[in-house]
Amino acid sequence: MKNTELETIEEKQISTFDRVSEVLIAIFSRPSGMIGFSIVILHIIIAIISPLIVPYDYKEINSLIMLKPPNETFFFGTDQLGRDVFTRTLMGGRIALFVTFFGTIIAIAWGGFVGIFCGLVGGKIDDIVMRIIDAFLAIPWILAMLLIVVILGTSTQVLIPALGFFYGKGIVRVARAATHDVIARDFIMAAKARGHGNFSIIWNELLPNVRDAIMVEGAMRWSWMLLAFSSLSFLGFGVSPPTPDWGLMISEGRGLMSFAYWSVIAPIVALSSLIIGINLSADAFAKALGIDRTQKAPV
Amino acid sequence: MREIIQSIKNLSIGFKSQDGREIAILKNISTSINRGETVGIVGESGSGKSTLALAMMGFSKQGLYPISGECIYKSKNLLDLSDRELEKIRGKQIAMIPQNAGQSLTPNLKIGYQVEETLKLHTKFDANERSIKITELLNKVRLPSPSIMAQRYPHELSGGQQQRVAIAMALAGNPDLLLLDEPTTGLDVTTQAHVLELLNEIAKDTKTSMVYVSHDLGAIAQVSHRVIVMYAGEIVLDGDVRQVLRSPLHPYAHGLLNSIPKLSLPGLPAAMPGTPPQPDENSKGCSFYERCELAINKCNSSKPELKSLSNSQTKVRCFRHDKLEEKELNKNVDLILPQNSNEKRVLNLDNISITYARQSILDQILNRFSDKNITVKDIDIDIKKGETIALVGESGSGKSTILKSIAGLLSIKEGQINFKEDINLSPDVRNRTNSQLRGIQLIFQNPDESLNPSHNVEEILSQPLKLYFGLNGKELKKNIIDLLKKVRLSEKYLYRYPRQLSGGEKQRIAVARAFAAKPDLILCDEVTSALDVSVQAAVLKLLQDLKNELGTTYIFVSHDLAVVRAISDRVAVLYQGRLCEIGPSSEVYKYPSHPYTEVLLGAVLEPDPDLKPKLAAEDIVEEKPPENGCSFQGRCPRVIGEKCFKETPPWQISNQGNAIRCHINIKDLLKNQS
Repeated sequence: MKNTELETIEEKQISTFDRVSEVLIAIFSRPSGMIGFSIVILHIIIAIISPLIVPYDYKEINSLIMLKPPNETFFFGTDQLGRDVFTRTLMGGRIALFVTFFGTIIAIAWGGFVGIFCGLVGGKIDDIVMRIIDAFLAIPWILAMLLIVVILGTSTQVLIPALGFFYGKGIVRVARAATHDVIARDFIMAAKARGHGNFSIIWNELLPNVRDAIMVEGAMRWSWMLLAFSSLSFLGFGVSPPTPDWGLMISEGRGLMSFAYWSVIAPIVALSSLIIGINLSADAFAKALGIDRTQKAPV
Repeated sequence: MREIIQSIKNLSIGFKSQDGREIAILKNISTSINRGETVGIVGESGSGKSTLALAMMGFSKQGLYPISGECIYKSKNLLDLSDRELEKIRGKQIAMIPQNAGQSLTPNLKIGYQVEETLKLHTKFDANERSIKITELLNKVRLPSPSIMAQRYPHELSGGQQQRVAIAMALAGNPDLLLLDEPTTGLDVTTQAHVLELLNEIAKDTKTSMVYVSHDLGAIAQVSHRVIVMYAGEIVLDGDVRQVLRSPLHPYAHGLLNSIPKLSLPGLPAAMPGTPPQPDENSKGCSFYERCELAINKCNSSKPELKSLSNSQTKVRCFRHDKLEEKELNKNVDLILPQNSNEKRVLNLDNISITYARQSILDQILNRFSDKNITVKDIDIDIKKGETIALVGESGSGKSTILKSIAGLLSIKEGQINFKEDINLSPDVRNRTNSQLRGIQLIFQNPDESLNPSHNVEEILSQPLKLYFGLNGKELKKNIIDLLKKVRLSEKYLYRYPRQLSGGEKQRIAVARAFAAKPDLILCDEVTSALDVSVQAAVLKLLQDLKNELGTTYIFVSHDLAVVRAISDRVAVLYQGRLCEIGPSSEVYKYPSHPYTEVLLGAVLEPDPDLKPKLAAEDIVEEKPPENGCSFQGRCPRVIGEKCFKETPPWQISNQGNAIRCHINIKDLLKNQS
C-alpha cells in the first residue's frame, strides 16, 4: 500500500496579484473585454496626457476661423468661437472621468457597506433603510441633482459626493441581494457561533463573497454616472465654460448642428465610445468572475 | 436461458476537458439486465453509477457524451436513437424514479392530474378508464384513500408519499425496466424501510426489472438480487447479492463493507485509506492500486480484467481476489471503552423549551405562552466531561434545534443552559463571554457550506486562533500547522481553497477549526452524513482519536443510528422535540424499551439481504407535536388508551440504566418485544 496523498495541485500560495492577473487574462481573452478595456484605457491615457499633446490652447478664441470644417491644421474643425475642436475633445473627458471615477468609488463604498450590513442584520433596521432607499429611487435623479447643484454650486467637491450618493442606491440593492445568497450558508452561522462581531463577519466572511457582484455593479454604474454627469453639463449645471467638456460641447454646438456637424460629432463619439467601452468591460469582467466562481477542483 | 432486457457492451462515457483531452467517466462497462431481476449498483460519489443508470435510458448529463460502446434494448442501440424515437421508449418502456420526488413533481398541479398526464402519454385509455387507472396505481403504491390523494397538491404530501407518487407515475406505462436513482436517500429511516418494502412487492407482482442505484449498501441489500460494485468508472465486482455482501471478492467492496458502521457491532468501523482517483488520472494498473492492502507490483503495471469466476456467476476485476477469501469481514474494529462517569459536568440542559412560533404582543406583555405545540419541550440532559452523547431522531425531531440553542443561535423559551459547574449561559451568543464562546464549538453537516469558499485553509484556521487567543505572525502559523497535523493533514494544505479539497479533507479542516479553540464541548451536527462511507469511517476515527487525546466532550446529532452506535457513549432518542429514551448506548441498542426506539431501530437497514427491517409503526408524518399526552401517540403501535393522549408519560428507569418516558411499565415493554 502506498501513501495516497494526491499531489496534483500546485502548492503555491495564491496571492491577490495572481488572482487579479487571472481575472485580467480572462477579460482579455474574450473580444468584448479586449475591445472594451482597450477603449477605456485609451480614454484614461488621453485624459492624463492630453494637456501635453494638444496642438492648441483650448480656450483661445479666434473670430477669424469660426466654424471651419475639418482640415489639415484643425483635424476636427473649429467651433463657433474659433476654438480647435480636436484639442477640446481630447481634453473634454478629463473632468468627466475624474468626477465619475471618484464618484463610483464613493458609490461602491457606501452602497456596498450599507447593502451588506442590511443583508446581515435584517429585521427592522433593514426595513427602515430599504424603505428610505426606495423613497430616494422614486425621486427623479436629475431634479435632485439640479437642486443640489443650485444650492451648493458646481464644484467637483459637490459633484463627486452627490453623484456618488445617487448612484450608490442601486449598489445597495445588489449588495443586499448578494449578501442574502451568502448569509444562509453555514460558514456565517459558524462565525456567529464563534462570537465574531458584525463588522468582523462583514469584512472577513461576507465581503470576499459579495465583492465580485459589487464590483461588476459598480462598473455598470460608472457608465451611467458618466452619462449623468455629461447631461448635467449639457444642461449647464456641470462644468462651466470655457473648460472643455463633452456634454458642454454638445450643448454649445447643437444649435449649429445642421451646418457645422463637426463641432458636435467629435464629443458625441468620444462620450459614447467611453460609455460603450465601460459597458463592454463590465460585461467581460462579470463573465471573467463568473467563470472563476464556478471553477471546481482542477480536472 | 433467461430473457435479457438490456445489455450494455463496452460502454464508455466521458467529457472533453478544457485542454481538449477526452476524459472517461465510465470505462468499458459491459453487463446485462435480465427480466424480473433487480440489480443494485453501488459505489461512492464520482464512481459513475448515476451516469450508468442514465445511459440505460439513452441519456447523458450535460457535457457528457458516449465515447464508445452500446446500450442495447430490444435490439436497438439506445445511444444511436433520435430524440423522437427515445421519447417513445422513455417513460413507457424504461422509466426512471428520481432521488428527490418533491422536486420532480410540479408544485401547482394536483397529484391525480400529474399521473393522468403520464397515462395520456403512454396509454390509449379514455378519460373514464384513466381515472380508474389512477386510483389503481395510487392503490398499488399503498397510498391511503387514493381518490382523495389524487385531489391533493405535492406539498400536501410527506416525503415518503411523494416518493410513492413518483413510483406510481413510473409504473403508469407498465415499463420493462425501472431505473431508481437513490430513491430513498432523502427519506427518514422508517419511511425508507416502507418504500423499499413497496418496491420489493412491486417487483414481485409486476415482474419489472429494476436497476437500483445507491451508495447505501443497506438499501441495496434489501431490494437487489444482483449487485454491481463500481469504482472509478469501472465495474469491479458483479455478483449475487449474498455473495457480494457476505464474502466480497474485491478489496474495494471488502473495505467498503468494513467501513460501514453496523447496529450489531459496537465500536468504530475500519476506515479505508486514501481517496478515489480523479477521472483524468491515467494509470496503467488497477484503479484501486493506491488504496489496496493486497496490491503487488503486477497491480501497478497491468490492468486486471473483469473475469468470471469458475464456480459461480460472480465477476471480479482483481488479480488477488483469492487472497480475500481468507480475510474476514467485520473484524478489525476499534472498540470504544466506556467513559468514566464520575467526571465533572460540562453542560446541563435544564427543562429546555424552544419554539419557532412568534409571540403576539399581548402574550409578550403578559409574559405567557400561547403556543401549545412547542417545537422542543422539557429537555433535561446532564452531560459529563469526556462523554459522547448522541441525539438521534428522524427529521423534525428537534435535534438540530437543540444544538443551535446550546450554541446561542436560537433563543430558548423556558429553561436554563448551565455550562461547566456553575456558569449560567446566556441564550444569546452575543451576551456570552469570550471563554464561554471558546468552550463550545460547532461542526456542521456539510463542509461545502461551513467553510468560506473565499478563504484558504490558513485563513479558515486563523479565525478562531485570532479571535480567542489573539495570536499572530509566526506563532499563529505554528499553531495552524499543529492543528493540521492533529487532523492528519500535512503542511502543504495551508494555501488550498476548499474547492481544491476532497469532501473528507474539507470536513477535517472543519474539525480542525473547531479544535483550534481548545473547546470543552463540541457540537457535531450530522458531521458525517454528507460524506462517503469510506470517508465517514475515517472522520469518525479522527473524532474519537482527538477525544481520547484531548478529553473533549461531544454532543453528536445524527439520524443514522448505526453511526451513533459506533461513536456514542450515551444516546438520547427524540421524537417531535420530546425526549423518549435516554441511556448508555450499549443498553439502548440492546434493549430498546420505548416503543419509538424500538420502531426506529427496527427500521434500520443492515447490509445483509436476510436481515429484513421490522415495520412496526405506520409511516405517517406528523407536522406538529401533540398538545397533550405522549409525543409518540400518533404512531405508537402500543397505545394503551386515553392516558396516552391526555397525560404526559412519566420517566421510568430500567435496571440497565436507560430512562424512558412511557405509560406502559418498562418490564412489560421489554417482555412484549421478545
